Amino acid sequence: MSTSTSAARTAPGEQDGPRRVPPAARRRPVTPGRVLLYAVLTLVSLAWLFPVVWAVYNSFRDYAFTAVNGYVSFGGFTLDNYARAWEQGDFGRHFLNTLVIVVPSVLVTLFLASMVAFVLARFSWGLNVAMLVFFTAANLLPQQALLIPLFRFFLRVGLYDSYWALIIVHVAFQMGFCTFVLSNYMKTLPKELTEAAFVDGAGVLRQYVQIILPLCRPPLAALATLQVTWVYNDFFWAVAFLSTGDKFPVTSALANLQGQFFIDYNLLSAGSVIVAVPTLVVFFALQRHFVSGLTLGANKG
Amino acid sequence: MPTHPRPAALPSRLPDLHALQSAFARRSLLRGAGAVGAVGALSACGSDDAGGGGDGEATTLGSRFGDEVPRAAEDAVIAAFTEASGIEVTPNVQDNETFQESINSYLQGNPDDVFTWFAGFRGRFFDDQGLVGDLTDVWTDIEDGFTPAFKEASSNGDKQILVPVLNYPWAVFYRKSLFEENGYTVPETRDDLIALCEQVQADGLVPFAFGDADGWPAMGTFDILNMRLNGYDFHISLMAGDEDWDGDEVRAVFEEWATLLPFHQEDPVGRTWQDAAASLLQKESAMYILGMFVGEQFPEGEERDDLDFFTFPALDDEIGNGALDAPIDGYMMVADPQDEAAAKDFLRFLGSKEAGELFLAENPNNIAAHLEADTSGYSALQQKAAELIGSAENIAQFLDRDTRPDFASTIVIPALQKFLQDPEDIDGVLTDLQAGKERLFVEEG
Amino acid sequence: MTATPVAPPPAPAAGGGARPRRRRRTRLQLLTTTDRVVLAVMVAVPALIVLCIVWLPTLGTVLLSFTGWNGIGGLDRVNFVGTDNYEAITTSYPPFWTAIRNNVLWLAVFFLVATPLGMFLAVLLDRDLKGSWFYRSSIYLPVVLSLALAGFIWQLIYSRDQGLLNVVLGLEGSDRVDWYGDPSVNIWAVLVAASWRHVGYIMLLYLAGLKSVDLALKEAAAMDGASETRTFFSVVFPTLAPINVVVLVITVIESLRAFDLVWVVNKGRNGLELLSALVTANIVGEASLVGFGSAIATILFAIAMVFVVPYLGSILREERR
Repeated sequence: MSTSTSAARTAPGEQDGPRRVPPAARRRPVTPGRVLLYAVLTLVSLAWLFPVVWAVYNSFRDYAFTAVNGYVSFGGFTLDNYARAWEQGDFGRHFLNTLVIVVPSVLVTLFLASMVAFVLARFSWGLNVAMLVFFTAANLLPQQALLIPLFRFFLRVGLYDSYWALIIVHVAFQMGFCTFVLSNYMKTLPKELTEAAFVDGAGVLRQYVQIILPLCRPPLAALATLQVTWVYNDFFWAVAFLSTGDKFPVTSALANLQGQFFIDYNLLSAGSVIVAVPTLVVFFALQRHFVSGLTLGANKG
Repeated sequence: MPTHPRPAALPSRLPDLHALQSAFARRSLLRGAGAVGAVGALSACGSDDAGGGGDGEATTLGSRFGDEVPRAAEDAVIAAFTEASGIEVTPNVQDNETFQESINSYLQGNPDDVFTWFAGFRGRFFDDQGLVGDLTDVWTDIEDGFTPAFKEASSNGDKQILVPVLNYPWAVFYRKSLFEENGYTVPETRDDLIALCEQVQADGLVPFAFGDADGWPAMGTFDILNMRLNGYDFHISLMAGDEDWDGDEVRAVFEEWATLLPFHQEDPVGRTWQDAAASLLQKESAMYILGMFVGEQFPEGEERDDLDFFTFPALDDEIGNGALDAPIDGYMMVADPQDEAAAKDFLRFLGSKEAGELFLAENPNNIAAHLEADTSGYSALQQKAAELIGSAENIAQFLDRDTRPDFASTIVIPALQKFLQDPEDIDGVLTDLQAGKERLFVEEG
Repeated sequence: MTATPVAPPPAPAAGGGARPRRRRRTRLQLLTTTDRVVLAVMVAVPALIVLCIVWLPTLGTVLLSFTGWNGIGGLDRVNFVGTDNYEAITTSYPPFWTAIRNNVLWLAVFFLVATPLGMFLAVLLDRDLKGSWFYRSSIYLPVVLSLALAGFIWQLIYSRDQGLLNVVLGLEGSDRVDWYGDPSVNIWAVLVAASWRHVGYIMLLYLAGLKSVDLALKEAAAMDGASETRTFFSVVFPTLAPINVVVLVITVIESLRAFDLVWVVNKGRNGLELLSALVTANIVGEASLVGFGSAIATILFAIAMVFVVPYLGSILREERR
């Protein structure tokens, strides 16, 4: 914050404007603080981007060239890595598998977590904190620790090597985190919102669906973005509970680009870029929800 | 063997795949025709011993060959087998690392009938756990194709459990052109070796390339020093947990290593084997103790043809230099296959020279395990490797295949890396190794 | 629902916030039977899933930590060894103490550097800036990258012989730093990479959290002539108490569960030991040491509880007031 010290940034009349755009935004004068703000953000962004850009740069280069000249060099450009990665990794099939795992996992996680959060944050029944811990503390465990008991469990109930095992595990493990975030968010919503509905005789379901959920759009969008990323990038549980290679998610396509000893890193980078695209699309699609603000949600609701 | 290949900054070039594939297609056509007769005979003798369920018509294969080159080779083997026998083989392919890491649950879940695995302790372990099938009767049919050493490596006691297909030697690799340019000669004795190292250093080069970021490459150095100083029998007995790790023998290995370490690349623990191989390729280092897969880092053609090797010289004249690491890859059968007759037919075919040749057509950095496999297509390096392995007095599999995998990964790797960081502290390293050995080898009684 | 602007948010949860917080929840007694059943179902179904998939296996892991087992065969092959595993871990397993140190270090760096930086960037970005999508996306990008790519990216930078960092620093020959191999340096190198990812996702959560702060509040403060810095610390930050708690807890979770980067670099060995990596090294693979690995996992869980219990206590006290 120290970078932007422009004090009287808002003209008094501005709050009356539409809420969609934070006031003060468009007609803000150029001040040294503002310049500094942009400078800092630009620098940070470039610093964050740089490593990725460099890897992407190398994904467009030929192996023979970088092997001989090293990575700190210029030349050997090719698109071949992308074509080979796509074909060799069997991306089409694995993308589809991933879709089958990610979509239900994320939807069910957010659905169940929002219900629990709603009950825990909006109603008082003595066990609120205990339940919150019940859901959240589960996240403190490293997943690896539960591998053996879970493997035995799924083998016993016949879900080993099926997508159900994966979806259930993702839901169970991600729910705690989502419940925690959502319940904390819901606590910030004023009680008066639901109280009026309550007095009108609306049931709890209606309060949940019509009042609370629409207001939770920012955290839901943020969580969906994160959940998609996490579930999508998971390889650990897939390896643990699947044994048919053709059922594996897209993360395995990357693993298939590596041999027993030999790793073509230019090829692998190209594959990784292909893999990263869907999560970026999700981020772009959802970001306006968590950056556009609560008032927007309220107006639309 | 190495369970965990990982990030490298300097990978090399894959062989020119298109050229390889067309060469391969030609070969498979030829071989496929030749294989028909062999397999017909094989399936005839296989079908009458159908012990398990199934009617000998189809089998499944769990494979760790997910990447391009071995995938194509294995598919060609399957096609040749199906064509010859009429038995369908359904491959279930995972990537190499995943397959190895999840092998435990894989075999206890619903595994395929046949699966890719390794010779030595790593194979025996699963037989001891009752998870793999007895292939003794398969071996009566394929026995002529393998040396006794291969049979031994594929056995657990009196019964055979693995069909060997490929192997490759660990040796000291170098570039012929560099040796010629600088007038270096292959060392015959320890004194030669030290003199060579000093000369290389004087020329401003690094005598030995070395990278141990993955943890396992240093095992190769340990193995060879231990076999040269203490002999093959001690080595195997040490691996089996029957010797002390803090005794004089192992101490001598680390002391010898400590004297050689100044001739190695600095800071090996952060360097991947690929980076180290790059320094050999770029003629910054003169030699490299590694498996023959080092060739994968060398672009096909001039560079790869320039690669040569010698076996590590004797350090003790009484022990000589007749032992080496030459890990064997092969196939095993699960304990209760769906269709045992078909699985065994397939394994017989995998143990045939045709199968060995089909694998080799694609893979210039291995040699076929089968004795009669056609070696006319071998490169000079492959020829030499086949001769080396054929003439070896003893063949070890590699540290992480000759001992308990948990001991190798959780005790030996950290200890070796500790030694490489601080070669002065041999006592500390030996203490760690011995403590780990006592904990792990005692645990199961 | 309503077109009226959202009512003023509740008072800050900290300190004097206790009363409004309690009033925010509706008491169950006021509800109809149907509503109570609905609420019960809404919690019971998820609770059942978490119980079966997380807590019972956790119990299983704790029990296994008192056994020796290689993970193969039936439970009849499991033999009870008492606290042997714990003794071995604390006395004859050198990586354990390094791992404890590294986990603490991880926690400290996330806490003091990465998390505050993520918050700070979110605050800067929580306004209508030109091209803010670009800043947001750049900073979030590391979060979406696959491990393979993240590992490769940092290898390109840290590699002793080929890496950019040594070139940029002008280090040559023996002066080169072995960023990933030298155990006194590599944990810091990895922490930079880990923070690189952590910042992005703290920023994302915080951005969403900042939206719960009513604009009217900020504007009111601004009208009073308060500087942005003061507005933030005296008005915005306190109302963010709930999201601050989220970020805090996530930082703890991420630090204790940290795993993937060190695993990609060197399987968590040679200076990069972390408890979760030790658990994995012992449990995953052939001839696994399930009992031993479970004991490390149990210790990790106990450490996690050290952070959870005080947090719990403070909430409970607040609720009861």
